Amino acid sequence: MMDAGAARPTRVFRIETADRLSRTSAIIACIVLLMLVLLPVFAGRTLIQDLIFLFYMLALAQCWNLLAGYAGLISVGQQAFVGLGGYVLFALTLIGGANPLLAIPVAGIVSAALALPTALIVFRLRGAYFAIGTWVVAEVYRLVFAQVKALGGGTGTSLSPSVTSSVPGIEWIKTALDVRTPAARDIASYWLALALMAGTLAFVYLVLRSRRGLALGAIRDREAAAASLGVDIDRIKLAVYVATAAMTGMVGALIYLQKARISPDAAFSVLDWTAYVLFIVVIGGIGTIEGPVIGAIIFYLMQRYLADFGAWYLILLGTLGILVMLFAPRGLWGLVSERYDLTLFPTRRRLVVNEDRSQG
Amino acid sequence: MLLEVAGLRKSFGSIVVADDLDLTIAASEAVGIIGPNGAGKTTLFNLIAGGLSPSAGHIRFDGSDLAGLPPQGRCRAGIGRTYQIPQPFENLTVFENLLVGAVHGRRKTETEAVQACGEILDQLGLLKCANALAGSLTLLERKRLEMARALATAPKLVLLDEIAGGLTDGECAELVATIGDIRKTGVAILWIEHVVHALFAVIDRLVVLNFGRKIAEGAPKEVMQRPDVHQIYIGIEA
Ligand SMILES: Nc1ncnc2c1ncn2[C@@H]1O[C@H](COP(=O)(O)OP(=O)(O)OP(=O)(O)O)[C@@H](O)[C@H]1O
Ligand SMILES: [Mg+2]
Repeated sequence: MMDAGAARPTRVFRIETADRLSRTSAIIACIVLLMLVLLPVFAGRTLIQDLIFLFYMLALAQCWNLLAGYAGLISVGQQAFVGLGGYVLFALTLIGGANPLLAIPVAGIVSAALALPTALIVFRLRGAYFAIGTWVVAEVYRLVFAQVKALGGGTGTSLSPSVTSSVPGIEWIKTALDVRTPAARDIASYWLALALMAGTLAFVYLVLRSRRGLALGAIRDREAAAASLGVDIDRIKLAVYVATAAMTGMVGALIYLQKARISPDAAFSVLDWTAYVLFIVVIGGIGTIEGPVIGAIIFYLMQRYLADFGAWYLILLGTLGILVMLFAPRGLWGLVSERYDLTLFPTRRRLVVNEDRSQG
Repeated sequence: MLLEVAGLRKSFGSIVVADDLDLTIAASEAVGIIGPNGAGKTTLFNLIAGGLSPSAGHIRFDGSDLAGLPPQGRCRAGIGRTYQIPQPFENLTVFENLLVGAVHGRRKTETEAVQACGEILDQLGLLKCANALAGSLTLLERKRLEMARALATAPKLVLLDEIAGGLTDGECAELVATIGDIRKTGVAILWIEHVVHALFAVIDRLVVLNFGRKIAEGAPKEVMQRPDVHQIYIGIEA
């Protein structure tokens, strides 16, 4: 017998977001995080320093991925916020005498506050003009900070050891792990970098699982169609721009706390804070949360083992980037996930049908 | 009137693609649009849905002027649209495609929106691929997804842009039945279609566009008998 129209049994639908796989990956994530937290007990100083670098590049990559990969905002000017965050930390600690730990969130707030007027300018530009606009703005930031004599002008300045050692917990680390002050400073920075990286990752993941994440997925794929389905494109883009500026600013503050030396050319470097980050996201897989993780690890390994080759290293980096763009436009993670239908950070919403539930 | 278009004009440089158009649609009315390629049919949809802004003229919907309202505002006001060339969110699942419209177009939570989305997918025969990536769909399925997604926004007026092309007779009859069901729920329909027999099975009124102008309007059968329309109609069928 055919059941057509009204005779069709009423179906009850429900949504399923977290499947068994996501519980497994949550447990794995917790174990990995715990191991990373405890790592300084066993690891040598070189590895700790390397991992600080890996963590902040990964945090920057996650931010840029949200910005460019999802919201379609191809910024090549995020160094504006790295440098701004770094300089805010230097100003607060050197001139204001504040604790560096406090200076990091303040750097985030200042970056967000300056991102708003910046957005007012660059959001008027579309596509390639937007990219160029963000770069110009970052250059303006660089030129402005080069004028600030109190922060060393064009040549820059250093943090005194009294500042870098004033991060709370350093004394405790020294006694608990039996290390000297420089190593203890690195370990404190390591934990800060780990916290920022994990926080950024968690933030991006939670955003992608929210209703805004649904909208970002739509904007990533088809911006015009997203708008005609009611997605408030401009508002979401502005929110993403400001939020990523805040996170990028905090990472910038941490980077320059660890480096203990800042100059306008380094802090607002388009190569260090945009080109490398772009490379990480593109080879890993743009528009996925896993891509930047894979990309950051590959970039770290290349930096670690090939950086001694100087110019050849950069040429290799560029070539790899172009090859991936040409032959695996969805990045290395795209290749893996296509073949094995794998996800580490599941954001899918599944529709589940409960059949043959008779109507009440 | 649900939709009132008055003196609408749009030109791209020196080409005029909408020339002093007037059009009204009442609540739960079904109106068809035909016209040769390049007549400005899709452009009219873009003007109504807010993808393009007119050079002159007014569009009122549900009692308020749409001037300056962006596409997302028009969606929330109750205008749903499909694209002639389907625009699925390829890396989202079919269900998630609908969820975008239900959550953002109707300001519902995901949990509130599920049941309605599921029923629309069921109605349009997309339930079996609900959890497949939209990028993996065939062209016909993509066209159905266009319609499903528009319906997920709970529109008062739905704009359908050539959704019957390439269907077999059976599929076409199914589509006509589905659109009939949608009409019964009180949704007004504005439907651009080259497959005239499908169109005629649904619509109350026919509008003929040519070179951006409305050259005829009225009861479908009568309009088709006019010699100037007949001329163009032959052009379409060719
Ligand atoms: N953005 C644009 N810029 C310039 N010209 C455009 C643009 N969009 C459409 N046109 C032109 O406007 C005219 C009308 O196009 P439109 O897409 O509205 O036609 P149509 O009636 O939908 O045709 P078809 O039956 O082929 O879908 C065409 O000549 C087209 O080339
Ligand atoms: Mg068209």
